[in-house]
Amino acid sequence: MRPESHHDGSLAVTVLVSVGRHPLTGRGRRADQDARGVELAHTLTGAEVELLHAGRLDEGSDAALRGYLGMGFESLSLLEQPAGADVLPALAEALEAAGPQLVIAGERAEQGEGSGLLPYLLAERLGWPLVSGLAAVEEVAGGVATLLQALPRGQRRRLQVRLPAIVTVDAAAPAPRQSAYGPARRGRLDVQAAPVMDDADMAEWQAQPARKRPKRLKIVKAASARDRFKAAAAKAEGGGGQVLTDVTPEEGAEAIFKLLKEEGVLR
Amino acid sequence: MSDIRRRDPRQEWIARNRLHPQHLEVLAELGRSAGQGAASEWMGPQGLIRRNPHAVGFIGPNGVKRIDRSGAQQGQRTGGARASAAASKPLVEIEAPAFLVAVVPDMAGGRLTGHDRDLLGLARQLADADPAARGAVLAVVFGGHNREGDGELKEHGFGEAGVDRLLHITGSEVDGFAPEARLGALVAMDRAWNPRHWLLPDSKLGGADLGRRLAARLGERPATGVWQVEADGEAPLGWRCAARGAAGTLDFQRAMPRLVLALAECAEPVSETRHAAEPLVLPEALPAQLARIQDLGQVAVDPAGVALSEAEFILSAGNGVRDWEAFHHAAEVLGATEGASRVAVDDGFMARDRQVGATGTWVTARVYVAVGISGAIQHLQGIQTCDKVVAINMDPGCDMIKRADLAVIGDSAKVLEALVALVEQSREEKRNAA
Repeated sequence: MRPESHHDGSLAVTVLVSVGRHPLTGRGRRADQDARGVELAHTLTGAEVELLHAGRLDEGSDAALRGYLGMGFESLSLLEQPAGADVLPALAEALEAAGPQLVIAGERAEQGEGSGLLPYLLAERLGWPLVSGLAAVEEVAGGVATLLQALPRGQRRRLQVRLPAIVTVDAAAPAPRQSAYGPARRGRLDVQAAPVMDDADMAEWQAQPARKRPKRLKIVKAASARDRFKAAAAKAEGGGGQVLTDVTPEEGAEAIFKLLKEEGVLR
Repeated sequence: MSDIRRRDPRQEWIARNRLHPQHLEVLAELGRSAGQGAASEWMGPQGLIRRNPHAVGFIGPNGVKRIDRSGAQQGQRTGGARASAAASKPLVEIEAPAFLVAVVPDMAGGRLTGHDRDLLGLARQLADADPAARGAVLAVVFGGHNREGDGELKEHGFGEAGVDRLLHITGSEVDGFAPEARLGALVAMDRAWNPRHWLLPDSKLGGADLGRRLAARLGERPATGVWQVEADGEAPLGWRCAARGAAGTLDFQRAMPRLVLALAECAEPVSETRHAAEPLVLPEALPAQLARIQDLGQVAVDPAGVALSEAEFILSAGNGVRDWEAFHHAAEVLGATEGASRVAVDDGFMARDRQVGATGTWVTARVYVAVGISGAIQHLQGIQTCDKVVAINMDPGCDMIKRADLAVIGDSAKVLEALVALVEQSREEKRNAA
């Protein structure tokens, strides 16, 4: 599985991994989207995959990060950062030094602000193109990657991007493999020193457990009782639709075809 | 002198006498003075109020006489009632805005989504907060949404949604997935007009991506996942917001930054006023950019694999379908996800998970084609949120025809056959041209 020797045709891939949070128990785990990103990196042929994490190393994060090592890696580079630090400079410097062709990240973190901005800030700082919401990488050849982007409603879009590039992974990407216990224990966490910058803005915000959002009420703005009754007992009424009677099937089909074309649902 | 009511006893007598040859003319004349179609009340010769019960009310849609006692008689003018309701909203024009609130709606399928309307409602809230110095809402819309046409907008309801100024950027470079070109346009706009607020939808339809790119380029730290905005005098911009973070488990209370990515239902959409939606033009041409990301177009996906609730294009069958082989073939050729009414499912022609309606799946398709479905109320509930409904049916009086934007009365099998032939023909032509 792991490419042992460095040869010229290989593709250097760095996956940014973070410590996730289980939605029910709240325990640390490998973040779902990041694990999908690691799985995506595994599917690339001839790729040399590196794992990179910026954050604290303590008991909870150790178990979570070893979850990634259990997906078939010998080591993970860890940039030591205190809690509440801005990891952007550390990651940017590490990526500049390593110079990978492709950087894969999840869309947003499962802890902290979780704004999903980090890949965009990295792309802006490094000057690389960014593609969000990936479902698959189809091909990497000649410094150009052909990607499959996941769109809402189960649709897919094919894109080509010049390398080096940063891509983020959607929940539509293939599910990650199970983490094996033995390799996870044997794997190394290479702790490296890195510049530290405090996140001053975030310290000013108040964080509290998410409140349930109020359900939107259906407000009927009617002047008279008749309008209110009509709104309450609403039934489909003729909304100015076009009705074609006494037409041949061909004419009817023509009209439908025109509408489908206009809406752009035919391909 | 002029306010003395002059009566014509002869005319009143004719008005009372339905057999008089001039009865209708006199009624019409009396009605003109009363401001109604026919006089239902007048003062009699003894000073008593006389009533004509036959002139009250109107003939309802089923030919039954209806009396509306709410004061507003609406029977004959059902068609115009809605149009006049739209026109009766007060038009708000802001000539010299104190500041601008820029909104970049998603415009999925060329129309404002519900999320976009909520966002425009929030923008209105920000713009109208101070009546002494009102801002204007500026909407930025990209691209020709109609691939076939010359980039005309499908949506005409910008004014109703609360847009004061509209910037429509067209050109082949901003069509499709072109985040870098769009970002360039937004940055140029920021430089030209320097809006006080930037609002984008935090949605997978593109707003989340474009908003984060803009934030990174402008060097602003945005608030993402915003779902509540409140006035706050101490904050730099006068507002504070609640933003979702940490995979939806935390709420951050913070001062509202200049750039906001808001969730759906962050505010109520505009419903009481109309706005001008004046077109604007960028003062300078867009900078030419090297496109590092190339859009190769959408990929055909297996429509059967798409969940019915989020399918974009549904071909749905009901009791009127006889030839099921032809129906399945049509769905395959059109690339539509298959749906069914309850009857078709109960009769065993379709699987239970394909049922659309109150007891099945509530669908959100952009285009819903109902073949041989008469439109039970439970079924119509299930397709409430569909944009365009096409009905093919034999019965011109059924409820589905009333709901449909386009209805074809005829034999569904033949219409589907002709439609399949048309689609195959157009594909053939495209292949030959390419």
